[in-house]
Amino acid sequence: MNLSRRRVRAIIRKELRSYRRNASIVGAMGIVPLVFVLQPLVAVFAQSSSSSTVLSHRHELLYMLGIPALIPAALAAYAVVGERQQGTLEPVLSTPIRREELLLGKALAVLVPAVGVAYVVFGVFIGLVALFAHRGVASALIRGPDILAQIIFTPLLAAWSIWVGIAISTRASDLRVAQQLSILASLPTIALTTLISLDVIHPTLGLALALGAALLLANRLGWRIVSALFDRERLIVGAKG
Amino acid sequence: MKPALRNGATDGPALSADGLGKHFGERVAFEGVSFEIPYGEVFGFLGPNGAGKTTTVRTLGTLITPTSGSATVAGIPLTPENGIEIRRRIAIMPETPGVYERLSVLENLECFAELYEVTDPKARIESALRAVNLGERARDPCGALSKGLRQRVALARALLGDPEILFLDEPTAGLDPVASRDVHELIAGLGRRGVTIFLTTHRLEEAERLCDRVAILNTSLRTIGRPAELRDALFAKALTVRTVAPLAEPGSVFGGLPGVDGWRRDDGGAYVVAVSDAEVAAPAIARALVGADADVLSIGESRHSLEDVYLELIDEDREMGRR
Repeated sequence: MNLSRRRVRAIIRKELRSYRRNASIVGAMGIVPLVFVLQPLVAVFAQSSSSSTVLSHRHELLYMLGIPALIPAALAAYAVVGERQQGTLEPVLSTPIRREELLLGKALAVLVPAVGVAYVVFGVFIGLVALFAHRGVASALIRGPDILAQIIFTPLLAAWSIWVGIAISTRASDLRVAQQLSILASLPTIALTTLISLDVIHPTLGLALALGAALLLANRLGWRIVSALFDRERLIVGAKG
Repeated sequence: MKPALRNGATDGPALSADGLGKHFGERVAFEGVSFEIPYGEVFGFLGPNGAGKTTTVRTLGTLITPTSGSATVAGIPLTPENGIEIRRRIAIMPETPGVYERLSVLENLECFAELYEVTDPKARIESALRAVNLGERARDPCGALSKGLRQRVALARALLGDPEILFLDEPTAGLDPVASRDVHELIAGLGRRGVTIFLTTHRLEEAERLCDRVAILNTSLRTIGRPAELRDALFAKALTVRTVAPLAEPGSVFGGLPGVDGWRRDDGGAYVVAVSDAEVAAPAIARALVGADADVLSIGESRHSLEDVYLELIDEDREMGRR
């Protein structure tokens, strides 16, 4: 199958322009990271140097993997059902675009800002900890493997969250329901990253490799599965002949 | 003579359907639809609400799959595998404009020019904007435009891909008379350029003015032809005779005249005389009226509109439904 980069780029550009002018989306992109960053920051700044031993067994940085899991959920949920409700889906589907191109464009348009926001927030968090936390606390928190895990798992988790959100969006008939379901579907991922950050599930290289491979496979399959779920006819007439 | 098309395809019909139908479970959207539309024709598709017009357009536009029959669109068989190739050659303007309200007119068109992979998108967009008279509003967000202007954006969007076949679903719905006239002029202009236009409309005067041929659909195809042919097929020819005062003995005036088949008096007091040949009957009627000392105001051909044809057929269907 030959995908047209030009059509995929057109969808990405259109989506990004729409997001930028949508106050609720911009607001959500700002508020969700704040929720994830404020609580750990307060906790870290309240720690004395003596607590560095306790902190060295935890992985506070990984807690912020919740950001790429949660931010894309609401955006991806809008992708199909939102356009359907606005009446803009039919004109797009009347063009020569393939469903794979449309879905890839929509997914990338969510992935780019979600990953960008997650990296920026992560960088700001590390910067603040390095500058203002007690030296022992900072060195206990900021560890190479955790930073590497954050960098690698942010796009993988965001992509997974996006495919789940778009899958829900292709089947839902109401935008709010789609958004609620999509956020609900991202909760197990957030629970997993939280358990790892609290060392309830001990992060090892083996676990990281296994999770990474699973997410890569899931994301590749996600695109195919969502494309298969995307039924032009049902989306346009609300029924299947 | 219609100009040649961009791909030179003038052989064979632009659109053809043979027993085409679509069911949604038990519900029949439309069935048994057969027609052939040559390149460059403006074809009107009329019918009451729920008759299946929009579903037919969506089926021919590859958005939904037919459940029976076959069709070709721009010379390509209508199959799911050919969807992309067909959509490259057509454009559909749905009843609701469906524009991105947060994007400007220009940004909407840029997006669709890329989706159609138009060569020289800037020039095509400028040309489409000029065609719908929207050049000055190009940078306005679509959300700030009136419905009529959004409709024009949708029309400009449909023109971007230089389609061989343009499906227009109620293009003037909700437009004021001036905006409707502009759209009519644009459709007529596209027809002159050789674009095949499949126009669904409720406005019968619009169909009569713009369309080379019309079809009337009421789930199944009721009739198809040129408006004048449909009128002739459905209604007997008649002359309308107006006099200053009612005739004392109209039966003796109209009876036995050459070319006259019968007569009746309408609600306005005029005499409607059914004729087999107006050119023979009219002079005979005039002579008979003069002979009867009648003061004649006018003798003219009774005109049936496309609306009369439409209402006659739809009323027939309703009658059948009651039985």
